[in-house]
Amino acid sequence: MSIVTVQLGQCGNQIGFEVFDALFRDSHCSQGLCSKRENEAYQASCKERFFREEESGVPVARAVLVDMEPKVINQTLSKAGQSGRWKYGQHACFCQRQGSGNNWAYGYSVHGPKHEESIMNLIQKEVEKCDSLSGFFIIMSMAGGTGSGLGAFITQKLQDQYSSSLKMNQIIWPYGTGEVIVQNYNSILTLSHLYRSSDALLIHENDAVHKICAKQMNIKQISFRDLNQVLAHQLGSVFQPTYSEDGSFPYRRDPLGDLMEHLVPHPEFKMLGVRNIPQMSENSLAYSTFTWAGLLKHLRQMLISGAKMEEGINWQVRPPLSGLPPLGKMSVHKDLHLNTSVANLVILRGKDVQSADVEGFKDPALYTSWLEPVHAFSMWKTQRAFDKYEKSAALVSNSQLLVKPLDMIVGKAWNMFASKAYIHQYTRFGMEEEDFLDSFTLLEQVVASYGSLGP
Amino acid sequence: MEEGVVNEILQGPLRDVFDSKQLITDISGSGNNWAVGHKVFGSLYREQILEKLRKSAEHCDCLQCFFVIHSMGGGTGSGLGTFLLKVLEDEFPEVYRFVTAVYPSSEDDVITSPYNSMLAMKELNEHADCVLPIDNQSLFDIISKIDLVVNSGKLGTTVKPKSLVTSNMGAVTKRHKKPFDAMNNIVANLLLSLTSSARFEGSLNMDLNEISMNLVPFPQLHYLVSSLTPLYTLADVNIPPRRLDQMFSDAFSKDHQLMQADPRHSLYLACALIVRGDVQISDLRRNIERLKPALQFVSWNQEGWKTSLCSVPPVGHSHSLLALANNTCVKPTFMELRERFMRLYKKKAHLHHYLQVDGMEESAFAEAVSSLSALIQEYNELDATKSMPVPDVPRLSVAM
Repeated sequence: MSIVTVQLGQCGNQIGFEVFDALFRDSHCSQGLCSKRENEAYQASCKERFFREEESGVPVARAVLVDMEPKVINQTLSKAGQSGRWKYGQHACFCQRQGSGNNWAYGYSVHGPKHEESIMNLIQKEVEKCDSLSGFFIIMSMAGGTGSGLGAFITQKLQDQYSSSLKMNQIIWPYGTGEVIVQNYNSILTLSHLYRSSDALLIHENDAVHKICAKQMNIKQISFRDLNQVLAHQLGSVFQPTYSEDGSFPYRRDPLGDLMEHLVPHPEFKMLGVRNIPQMSENSLAYSTFTWAGLLKHLRQMLISGAKMEEGINWQVRPPLSGLPPLGKMSVHKDLHLNTSVANLVILRGKDVQSADVEGFKDPALYTSWLEPVHAFSMWKTQRAFDKYEKSAALVSNSQLLVKPLDMIVGKAWNMFASKAYIHQYTRFGMEEEDFLDSFTLLEQVVASYGSLGP
Repeated sequence: MEEGVVNEILQGPLRDVFDSKQLITDISGSGNNWAVGHKVFGSLYREQILEKLRKSAEHCDCLQCFFVIHSMGGGTGSGLGTFLLKVLEDEFPEVYRFVTAVYPSSEDDVITSPYNSMLAMKELNEHADCVLPIDNQSLFDIISKIDLVVNSGKLGTTVKPKSLVTSNMGAVTKRHKKPFDAMNNIVANLLLSLTSSARFEGSLNMDLNEISMNLVPFPQLHYLVSSLTPLYTLADVNIPPRRLDQMFSDAFSKDHQLMQADPRHSLYLACALIVRGDVQISDLRRNIERLKPALQFVSWNQEGWKTSLCSVPPVGHSHSLLALANNTCVKPTFMELRERFMRLYKKKAHLHHYLQVDGMEESAFAEAVSSLSALIQEYNELDATKSMPVPDVPRLSVAM
């Protein structure tokens, strides 16, 4: 089954390119550490999900590129075309001239209705070229105007028009110390709208990815390209094929369906985070060896302690031993707060994957009480190595990991809203203060829900 | 409204750049009289101006913004310029109006400049989306500083010829220099940096409409103090390039501002950093973290930074930075303007030149002062919050 990707705004398009490039590179990687037949099946599966054939023989990404100004799309198209390995569809993009001015209201209320037909038509054309549609993957930022506002609008239209298809939104959270001054407003408006119309929100924070670049990859002068490549690697480790359980097909057929089924059991809890280890520079990789036991131990502790990367994990946080009374809702030390999960998915790729032991992830103490670990935890795997890493382990988690950053964004936006600063920029395009209040209410609810997940 | 300047441009090396049909001139000028520029020439040339504007607009696929460039102290720029602002607002309400206004220095030689500036201010308050105030004294100080470095004769310290922020040698062959050329070049560079992200690619683009969106928290507070760094690049390869971080520090020093203002010691409402050249996001972040503690931001915008990265640097530089600050440090300039105005107005000096213009009433003066005073009061109220602790706004509580 295929996934149609919608790339929105500068961020969405820059990242989208890196994602397709990473997927393609990995599927054609010669160091797959598996049999030729296996490799071919992997390639074919990846291809079906993300690319399609054209007469020229060069694979075409199943993507629609949307931006309200032309420069980034032009760059993206030419970068892909130049590589000669894959490309975007010739008519797969929609572009305007003047941008959205970092204004969510402009993206949602002006661009949205104005260009709805053209954009939905483009998406429809891409959908028609899929034998079978798994769903949509929408890449956007929430700080700007196009990705955030137009992204929210398009997601809603996709829900209306393709009600039986799934939608996963890949959302980039901006750096805490501003990229855009009104980013917190744009963020709360985006998140509240998407919470209603999307099926899952896969979230990446620029601050977290930046730290990975600095500490794990040892990059000195970090560029957006570096951030995007780390992100693409993480997404690739989630979306590349894994063995199906029923054995009828070598690889799973419906990536989005499977992800939703395992990770979003309840509509109140839609925020997903990704962790992927190991992640290091190519130079270091050559000198490192890993064991599954070691990787899984780290990954589990990252989950429990809420760590976003492998370095600096807090090993003090421990789940209560079974048989002992559980800790209070909030532990004595805030730092020792156990990150409680709704659902987790571990994806293992590489050598000797069948020997990997994931029992540690099935501890009921890690999960909220209303789901048994057998329902809350799943594991996917494949022998085929990913992106030259002999072993790699990814964790997609629906847990309290994102509550603190969300709470901070809501807090800052609320603070600014109290002074009414910048509100005139939104109301001039048809929004009202009520819309803001609705968004705040919804998100406070989400924060409270996730907060109460503990024992 | 007089022919000399325009004719010179038409005979100069850029004559082919300007469409001669898009020029409007008159003979006698406005006599440094805002009323003449605004009322007399305004009504006289309104139709012509509109026609030429429409023609230019038709040539655009997508018109995003107007740049209106004029001085405040004279008659034409100040009077007709602000008249034009209203026309633009009526005819093209969706298009942003950016005004680059040159304010008179304290040693300015036009006696009526306070009247002209005050009357123009009211128009800017009401009809401009964004104003970038500049003053000649600051530009002059910057040139003097550059001259000092260029002529200091320190062994080996020569400045790369094309890199001077005051030089137009990057584009055109050397020609007979006029006194204001170097100063005006600085302003030209300002406008170039402002539009760089719209003209060139980069990893974090910024369009002009984003400036207004991010830097104007309330409609009346749309005055942005600008600073450009570096002012020049050293040619000697043996001397290490001025560290990138120094460029950021300089942007906040009062010596680099294009008007007499000290943003560092006043209150920031918002700040934009437009970076060009070989600079990455980590450099930008590092410097924001470094400089933030020394700056005061208003309580509801503690992280009020808007950033943009354009890959292409200006000619002769490897990188450059334009900082735009919405900061209460503009207040002293406005207060001084009001004071100089009052000194003249109390004595009714030269008032008759204005009142004898058809359509000009004395109430216009009172309204203008009142408009400026209201603006100053807004800045005062913000300044009062400066050292106060950040108020704790109670959040919505949700029933579980």
